[in-house]
Amino acid sequence: MELTQSRPPAAASGPDKFDSVCAILERYSYQPAKLIPILQAVQNEYRYLPEGVMTYVATALKVPPARVFGVATFYTYFALEPKGKHVLRLCDGTACHVKQSIPILEALRRHLGLDEKNKTTPDMLFTLDTVACLGACGLAPVLMVDDVVHSRMTPAAAVKLVDKIRTREQSAN
Amino acid sequence: MIKQATVTIDGRDVPIEGERNLLELVRKAHIELPTFCYHSELSIYGACRLCLVQVEGRGIMGACSTPPEPGMQIRTSTLEIREIRRITLELLLANHEGSCPTCTKSADCKLQALARRLGVEKVRFKALHQPAPVDDSSPSIIRDPNKCVLCGDCVRVCNEIQGIGAIDFAYRGSQAAVLPAFGKNLGDVECVNCGQCAAFCPTGALTPKPEIEGVWKALNDPKKKVVAQIAPAVRVALSECFGATPGEDTTGRMVAAIKALGFAAVYDTSFTADLTVIEEATEFLQRKTKGERLPQFTSCCPAWVKYAEQYYPELLPNLSSCKSPQQMFGSLAKDILPKQMGVMRQDLVVVSIMPCTAKKFEARRPEFAPDGERDVDFVLTTQELGRMIQEAGLDFRAMEPESLDMPLGFHTGAGVIFGNSGGVSEAVLRYAVEKVLGKPLDKVDFPQVRGEGGLREAAFTLNGTTVKIAIVHGLANAKIVADKVKAGVSDYDLIEVMTCPGGCIGGAGQPVPKNGQSRRARTRSLYENDKNLPLHKSQDNPFITQCYERHIGEVGGEKAHHLLHTHYQNRRRLSGPEIPLGEGPASAARVQVKVCAGTACFVRGSQKLLHALTAYVEERSLQNAVDVRANFCSEQCGNGPTVIIGEDVLQHCTFEIAREALDQALAVQK
Ligand code: SF4
Ligand code: SF4
Ligand code: FES
Repeated sequence: MELTQSRPPAAASGPDKFDSVCAILERYSYQPAKLIPILQAVQNEYRYLPEGVMTYVATALKVPPARVFGVATFYTYFALEPKGKHVLRLCDGTACHVKQSIPILEALRRHLGLDEKNKTTPDMLFTLDTVACLGACGLAPVLMVDDVVHSRMTPAAAVKLVDKIRTREQSAN
Repeated sequence: MIKQATVTIDGRDVPIEGERNLLELVRKAHIELPTFCYHSELSIYGACRLCLVQVEGRGIMGACSTPPEPGMQIRTSTLEIREIRRITLELLLANHEGSCPTCTKSADCKLQALARRLGVEKVRFKALHQPAPVDDSSPSIIRDPNKCVLCGDCVRVCNEIQGIGAIDFAYRGSQAAVLPAFGKNLGDVECVNCGQCAAFCPTGALTPKPEIEGVWKALNDPKKKVVAQIAPAVRVALSECFGATPGEDTTGRMVAAIKALGFAAVYDTSFTADLTVIEEATEFLQRKTKGERLPQFTSCCPAWVKYAEQYYPELLPNLSSCKSPQQMFGSLAKDILPKQMGVMRQDLVVVSIMPCTAKKFEARRPEFAPDGERDVDFVLTTQELGRMIQEAGLDFRAMEPESLDMPLGFHTGAGVIFGNSGGVSEAVLRYAVEKVLGKPLDKVDFPQVRGEGGLREAAFTLNGTTVKIAIVHGLANAKIVADKVKAGVSDYDLIEVMTCPGGCIGGAGQPVPKNGQSRRARTRSLYENDKNLPLHKSQDNPFITQCYERHIGEVGGEKAHHLLHTHYQNRRRLSGPEIPLGEGPASAARVQVKVCAGTACFVRGSQKLLHALTAYVEERSLQNAVDVRANFCSEQCGNGPTVIIGEDVLQHCTFEIAREALDQALAVQK
């Protein structure tokens, strides 16, 4: 069955999100073989895979929840913890590492009150992750903010970037 | 004449006779290739890389995943292969918690056995893993992830034989682990406690949970009288713990050993199996006459009962209401023995000795603990009994046989064959056919219901009425049959379900089989035991007749119902969170609406209901007054879809019903 209604925006409210989970399942005709694309689509709605929703997907597809969990934990793409509204991915590949990515990481963590274990701010605005290599070594060190690549970063510039987003979000509310 | 196709194995020609892979062929040539992840009953996984062979012209290959081809030249033990195997084992051992002397699997551990066999004397690698906590949440199984070698045997048994998939691989690389859903504990998920994963696990990562300590304590408490009941399948397997060939019938020596441990009396679960036959066959004949609640499913296997409660709520009325023989024994013993033995009820301790790990769960079900006192206080497996005998230093093989105690130790062959798949059906037939025909049977054996297949059928015509029986073992097979019944396309009258391969003789509490022949030998031995007994039909058991006269009253009567029958309830599969549909946490100030999205309700359209309710809430801008959530299984599956509004549970719910209730709740709120 094809989905006729257009996809709701990513920041849809709760009921809309659940509705779209149902629509996703429908779009893939409840086929267990489509588990991975289904989880991808679900993650687009929620920005992570909540346990309850995974259980719902398992029930609807008639696959054991342990299998869904297995798939969700196998691919690093899937997040099992809620992510912040803005995801900061700091590259710590060889080139970026040599060009001082760690001081940037430390500065961002200090500024956002995060550490190795706590990667998301309590207000759910930011998630800070490191990645192995973004493939932009010529521009090192690199920080990705959502879908935008920021090159030749410094600790101060990174902090400024974050502050800018925060101000924008505050004035939007 | 066509030349026989052969494979040359270490210089010898071995004929190909339908072997599916080189491993089977090599083993046919009496060369025991080492393996971890190969089991003839399961699919091929090819992960452990121990079964390597050198195939000329092709290199080193996994024997389990290579089909034999005529003319192949293979070698099983080159220097290179030996080295690879040893490194593989060393790598496994490096991450394996080395507490072998205290591991219950020690004597049966394949990892230890292979390390010894392959001459691995030291491990050159360092461990990578952080120790993970041991999961002892399940009443039946202990899961120690630190001992797991990731062979996946457990995952495949649970999926392929039991059709459940309660455990699976999660994460990857050095983090890879076998886990229940969402990393929960085994006791909080849909596991039915059959223990087959533990029976297949080559290491101590999954083991039956012992209750030995509690039993020793009771035995050493002078106030307590401790009695035992022994399940049929135990007697033909116990001696395997002491190195005997499988299938030896050791009833007499077993009784002697249990008495030597300090038990006051030793009785037989076959006695209450006889009782089960009479109650269950009577129930069946009544249903058949009235044509209601057919087919009747057997209810003596506790793993099957839990499975049915989780997956087939609509079929629960079809389960026989009979308690299992273990629980019939418990309630009967606690009812009549205190007076007979001169003890208070609370000082009588009933210990069952079972081939089964799921019986540990069954004995803990609250309905089997009237006023909080359990009918069956402890459940030991055959393995645990073996360990107690060893611990006490008894020379089992030299014991003088003793006889079971009366009256609860007297049994017929019908009660004994309960331990085999097909046994319950045969025992019921021995009663029911005689009852229907009104004259004694010429022949007590019903070979039509015997056999090894996982899904068998038999039909009998009695006085012009046909009775069709299905016999299944393995829950994946039970699922096939139950789905047919659910879809209304089955013509069965009686369905016998056993969870373990071959029935109880293949239970996970039995000694770990040394090879595929053990189960067959045990089955044969139980049928022999039946032959050697004086009586073969439950209705001929004089103590059963006496028991009805003195204690129970009428068959299927009021006291019988109280003592011998039970009820079932839907059970949710996972403990877990609800899906919040609105923003933010639930608030007590708002009306709570929970729509069940468990399987049964899902099928009955709870998704639409959810949709309609959330739309209604939005449309009328009630977001601040109402929280709508999807929850998993309200345990009302038979009457779904279920919606809970505030405290009200609405069954067979429609949008109109839900809206009305919601409006009312909102009015009250104001
Ligand atoms: S005990 Fe049975 S149901 Fe539970 S995980 Fe093991 S194989 Fe699966
Ligand atoms: S728990 Fe046992 S059977 Fe399962 S993967 Fe680990 S070692 Fe293999
Ligand atoms: S038995 Fe062949 S790879 Fe494990």
